[in-house]
Amino acid sequence: MTDAATNVAEREIDRTQMQVSDEVAIQVENMNKWFGTFHVLRDIDLTVYRGERIVVCGPSGSGKSTLIRCINRLEEHQQGKIVVDGIELTSDLKNIDKVRSEVGMVFQHFNLFPHLTILENCTLAPIWVRKTPKREAEEIAMHFLEKVKIPEQALKYPGQLSGGQQQRVAIARSLCMKPRIMLFDEPTSALDPEMIKEVLDTMIELAEEGMTMICVTHEMGFAQAVANRVIFMDAGQIVEQNEPKEFFNNPQSDRTKLFLSQILGH
Amino acid sequence: MSDTHAQTVRFVRQEMMPERAPPIREAGAVKWLRENLFSSWLNAILTLVSLYAVYYILSHVLPWMVFGIWDANSLTECRAVRDELYGENASVACWAVLADRWQQLMFGFYPSEFYWRPVLAVVVFLVALGPILFSGFPRQAIWFSAASPFLMYLLLWGGTIWGPLVVIVGFVIGVVAFQLLAKVAGNIVGGLASIILPILFWLFAAGPLASALAAALPIGLTFVPSDDFGGFMLSFIIGIAGITLSLPLGILLALGRQSDLFIINKVSVAFIEIIRGVPLIVWLFTASLLLNYFLPPGTNFDLMLRVIIMVTFFASAYIAEVVRGGLAALPRGQYEAADALGLDYAKSMRLIILPQALKISIPGIVNTFIGLFKDTTLVVFIGLLDPIGLSNAIRATTDWNGIYWELFVFIGLLFFICCFGMGRYSLWLERKLQTGHR
Ligand SMILES: Nc1ncnc2c1ncn2[C@@H]1O[C@H](COP(=O)(O)OP(=O)(O)OP(=O)(O)O)[C@@H](O)[C@H]1O
Ligand SMILES: [Mg+2]
Repeated sequence: MTDAATNVAEREIDRTQMQVSDEVAIQVENMNKWFGTFHVLRDIDLTVYRGERIVVCGPSGSGKSTLIRCINRLEEHQQGKIVVDGIELTSDLKNIDKVRSEVGMVFQHFNLFPHLTILENCTLAPIWVRKTPKREAEEIAMHFLEKVKIPEQALKYPGQLSGGQQQRVAIARSLCMKPRIMLFDEPTSALDPEMIKEVLDTMIELAEEGMTMICVTHEMGFAQAVANRVIFMDAGQIVEQNEPKEFFNNPQSDRTKLFLSQILGH
Repeated sequence: MSDTHAQTVRFVRQEMMPERAPPIREAGAVKWLRENLFSSWLNAILTLVSLYAVYYILSHVLPWMVFGIWDANSLTECRAVRDELYGENASVACWAVLADRWQQLMFGFYPSEFYWRPVLAVVVFLVALGPILFSGFPRQAIWFSAASPFLMYLLLWGGTIWGPLVVIVGFVIGVVAFQLLAKVAGNIVGGLASIILPILFWLFAAGPLASALAAALPIGLTFVPSDDFGGFMLSFIIGIAGITLSLPLGILLALGRQSDLFIINKVSVAFIEIIRGVPLIVWLFTASLLLNYFLPPGTNFDLMLRVIIMVTFFASAYIAEVVRGGLAALPRGQYEAADALGLDYAKSMRLIILPQALKISIPGIVNTFIGLFKDTTLVVFIGLLDPIGLSNAIRATTDWNGIYWELFVFIGLLFFICCFGMGRYSLWLERKLQTGHR
């Protein structure tokens, strides 16, 4: 295996719960998006089934971030259809908020709320969106903070944590909403190498529990270990998608080959 | 040939060094003096020159202040006492003017038998301020703060208690209307109803209702008209009302200016630019003179109220720009994270964006408040008797004709204490809200 895989746990991955069902989680049909006159996403068709772990990769500027940001409507698409969890994304604000509360998102730069403690970061959305009682929300938050292995930091502020810890808090914060789908936008690319592993470990555990995930990442080791599908994007289009093994060992498109040779360094 | 010295490469420490105190030249007062005052020849000379300058000023000002005369009934008397005590033409202050006229400087022409009312209003104000400015008060205390404006109005102006109570009823109608309608017809309908219904109530029902209640149950305090208000009381009323009203209005304007909704955006921009682009004194003249042409004849629209509205508008335009700076300073990620968690606009603003933006804006906001408070002295030009206006009036009397330093020193000192206090509070608040290094 390549050295890009070194960041991923050496341990065996537990695949018992990693099952893809026939239920559609996300349906993107013929979707197009422009930034002004710039055609950033072109005829995107993508069906994600519940339980899938999809890794999206591609060169910088290819539209990966824009694609997953369309799925929870941080960006608006101009053509085509996006249905998440049976709810179609239109300009209806109620639907948008409903989708957003079902879809968790983790950002490259964490985006924790610096004026709130870690615990408050995690309980805010459950209390104000889900109307969970405060006590219960705190219990849930502590549960997930334990899961990402930083319960002792609960009363600190984000500014007092390391990057890796902050990113794990960001994951816990999303999980507190009990999302059915998680989106990751380059969650490890702002981190120092020694912190990347702790975040990837958390993501792997999430995958082991059967979470539906779409991850934009260049951690190919992670892709090989847990993804069931790898999507390669270039120039706003889906150029190639395949199972990880096939994708890495036998890429079809020239663009994919070029990209892989650059990223894997040979 | 190797590329390092054999001796420099290998090193192993045998025993660890204990902690030691720094050398005497590096600690305490000596170090401070050396670093700050005498670090070089130039610095030493500057220090000595400055010391002499400070000495020179103080040696003249301090005796003038300290030996000032407190006991006299007029400037002539004051001078007689001075000549007797310190000799002809000695330079000492005549504080007696303050002793003689402090009531006027404080309260204007407010009836002296009711001085307890403004004093009590100040106490109410300070108590109400506690839960707003500092954490650690019981939660219910905020209700007292909410009721305090009405209480203070009643104390200051007097009249029946029914006026303020009926105004409160209007607010209650607004809240109830919102809660009932928002569930049935949505937030927008509820929001509109919560604004329109109270206004209708105040315009048409409040007056008759208050009069009827007052006729049936005449409870209240003796009415004092605004014309009698003056001195620092006037400055405080205008300043405090302006400050408390301009903050929420300014925040709304800042959000409006950021809004994607065309009309709201343009109205906010126009309001801010027009209000900010014209001197306050022009707005004050507008309030005092021009409005009379536009208002239906016979309406009695209190001048003080008009001034408060103008000052509030003026300050809120500045606050809006300060807050907009704070909003712009927040990274986009904060908005996106709030959105991604499913928080709606109102909640993400209230819980995520505004707390951070306001924290960034604290220095600018307090700066605006201080400016507003000092600008209240401009009302002297439209004939209100603020401390400056009163000092002019005092100097126009035969008793105190010719005195000016003492009055202005006093007025300046009181303003300074208030503004300095606000500045200190803002520093304290900034430190308190500091949450780790970002
Ligand atoms: N708000 C925007 N306005 C205009 N153009 C944008 C905007 N956001 C992104 N773009 C452009 O759209 C293209 C796709 O951006 P996107 O962020 O989706 O790329 P990406 O694949 O995530 O790249 P990276 O790997 O660098 O994150 C880029 O060319 C970018 O310059
Ligand atoms: Mg990106």
